[in-house]
Amino acid sequence: MQVNPWALVSVALVVTVTFYLGHRTSRFARSTHDFLVARRTVRSRRNAAAIAGEYISAASFLGVAGLVLKEGADALWFPIGFTAGFLALMLLVAGPLRRSGAYTLPDFMEARLSSPALRTASTWFVVFIGVLYLLPQLQGAGLAMTMIMPAPAWAGSVLVTVVITYNVMGGGMRAITLLQAFQYWFKLFAIAAPTFVLCAVFVSGGAGAPGSAGSLDEPAPPNFAARTAVTVDTDVTLSVDAPTRVHVDNGSGGAGWTTWQAGSPHTVDAGSELTFPEGSAVPTVDQAKSANLDWLLPSTDLTGLLSTYSLLLALLLGTMGLPHVLSRFYTNPDGKAARRTTVQVLLLLGLFYLFPVMLGLLSRMFVPELLITGDTDAAVIALPTAMLSGVAGQILAALLAAGAFAAFLSTASGLVSSMSGVIATDLLAGKVRDYRVASVGVAGVALVLAVTLPIDDLALSVGMSFALGASTFAPLLVLGIWWRRLTWLGAMVGMCTGGGLVLLAVVLNAVSAHTGGWAPWLVQQPALVTVPVAFGLTVLVSTATSSRVPEDVGAVMLRLHAPDPLGFMRDRAVQRFGRAEEHTRTTQGRHRK
Amino acid sequence: MGDATDPPEPAGRPGGIREPDPTLGKPAKPFAPEPVAQPRQTRSSPSAAPTSHAASRSSEPRSSEPRASEPRQPRIRRQRVVLAEPSRSSTSLRARVELEEQTSWGELLIKDLVKVQLRTAVLLGLLVLAVLCAIPAVFYAVPAVTELRLAGIPLPWLLLAVAPFPLMFGVGLWYNRLAERRERDFVNMIEN
Repeated sequence: MQVNPWALVSVALVVTVTFYLGHRTSRFARSTHDFLVARRTVRSRRNAAAIAGEYISAASFLGVAGLVLKEGADALWFPIGFTAGFLALMLLVAGPLRRSGAYTLPDFMEARLSSPALRTASTWFVVFIGVLYLLPQLQGAGLAMTMIMPAPAWAGSVLVTVVITYNVMGGGMRAITLLQAFQYWFKLFAIAAPTFVLCAVFVSGGAGAPGSAGSLDEPAPPNFAARTAVTVDTDVTLSVDAPTRVHVDNGSGGAGWTTWQAGSPHTVDAGSELTFPEGSAVPTVDQAKSANLDWLLPSTDLTGLLSTYSLLLALLLGTMGLPHVLSRFYTNPDGKAARRTTVQVLLLLGLFYLFPVMLGLLSRMFVPELLITGDTDAAVIALPTAMLSGVAGQILAALLAAGAFAAFLSTASGLVSSMSGVIATDLLAGKVRDYRVASVGVAGVALVLAVTLPIDDLALSVGMSFALGASTFAPLLVLGIWWRRLTWLGAMVGMCTGGGLVLLAVVLNAVSAHTGGWAPWLVQQPALVTVPVAFGLTVLVSTATSSRVPEDVGAVMLRLHAPDPLGFMRDRAVQRFGRAEEHTRTTQGRHRK
Repeated sequence: MGDATDPPEPAGRPGGIREPDPTLGKPAKPFAPEPVAQPRQTRSSPSAAPTSHAASRSSEPRSSEPRASEPRQPRIRRQRVVLAEPSRSSTSLRARVELEEQTSWGELLIKDLVKVQLRTAVLLGLLVLAVLCAIPAVFYAVPAVTELRLAGIPLPWLLLAVAPFPLMFGVGLWYNRLAERRERDFVNMIEN
């Protein structure tokens, strides 16, 4: 662990700029209308950048490259699904959702089905999904912090939490819009520039150049290019494909050379240091693909096919169930702008996802030792210094670390702001002060959980919150927008059953991880079952309780689908909380103009 | 593709600005004959009275708002133009009222719109989904495909890491165009 001074400076810069931008734009935020939906004045281009900036979380910035390093071609479904989710959102939800005039997801449910019970239930699901999504962001911040300076993991989490809570408290949605838009472009630069440089280095050196671990098409696993020492931080089980000489120093006196045989697992205790001679094959943590050829080709068995479909379904429909993504769509002026926003998001995300995949490919060749510690999320930041020695590598690593911090900051601020909005308007009175109280409370709870709970793979735990979103809110939104006969009872049963099944899968997964990993693929990727069940139950119960179809369904459908120029749209936030101008007239002029 | 208010709507109100705009001091009314009548005013004024207008005000010949700058003669003439087509604005108003009041005809109009928008969305969605789902199915059915190469890069990597993104963006652009055209047609139908 050596300190990279460039990384310290760049991360400090990102945090300072974030803090400053949030502080500056906060001055314009006065009313609940500002805090919840930024007065609905965000134009499509800026909102698209803000949505993309918020959506590219640690799971995308660090996790995708790590998964490509570990799983190869099968990991490519994550970027596809992350982007396809916005296509589904655009085709089915974006325009009508904005036209509903709702200001939070629970508010949309009440606007459509006029049921306070459903509103309360969806409030809790929003908070649950939000916290589940926020945890990996904060934990990732801690992880990234330990990689650039000798600090405990909680320091990074605390830093990110403090900055975003300050910004959200200061100006809510109004403050974080500019922030997130800025952070998208910064993240794109921070990942594109190092990728171009590293690819140039790789091409000029050629495959199999000094420092690389061999060409990717070899059937054998990657090799260590030099004598390499690896410190193992947690207990791992490693496997090798060929007999491998290894020097094991388990930290408590026992040290010596042994030969690991292929086929049998080798358990290594935490704190051990392994040393491999030059040219030996890189062992891998269980579940990771060891041989390059397996890694390079997508899996062709039936389990792989089905779990790919399941993942795709979860990401496709899960995006529209993420409260922080939806809450950004309420900030557009009208339905047409919301739809245009989504088209641009598709472009921005497609552009971004080219780069983490390329970094993942390079890291397979240059930092294969991460396969031993299982710490594959660190691949992006560890790669530049492994490929380029000296200051050049350090500067690139610093840029990537800063991009990762921008990812934590923008996603976490979006999550905290959307959860605060929901809590302030549904559980509290909906005044600006309630919003601030809610943001402190949410951030505090998430911080405590993030510091105390163990860290998982970033992209995988995010995957679970996508499955949860796809099984709870996606059926409600799609059916609520397009199907007149939906009743609140059907919606409630569908949401609770879908959410319950995913939670069951989460629990089973955790149990199986501690008792030998017996869980089948369906428990790890439950969406293929839970989403159809949620949709089916919603339709079935709604049909059975058709007497409960709300009486104003015709008027609501008119509002959702009538084109914007006809002017049927009603802003529910203004109806309930009043406009900014009225609000400032009634309060003391505490804020500067 | 630009900001929401970039291109002026052919038949819309000035700038397409609606209720949420903060520059409007008061909340917009539910629906009023004013926005319907206004386009007729602005559209007919340059064509109906260019000659007399240019004769009376040679200093600003191209202004379409003589009402604000000049309170005397043209205001009377302008009112006559509005009164000249009361029948059209009242049918347009009636169409809106029918939509708002949920008469059987108004409900039918909205149901048709919903149906056609949903059909477009589902068809385009299924198109993309079929292409995406076909990729792993082909890998499963014909494993030899996974070993093909294009310019030295394995075909699966090209198919998975590059190809889906332009496809999805293209379909998004296409749907946006279709949906906006539908809505424009619908507004034209209601207002005429």
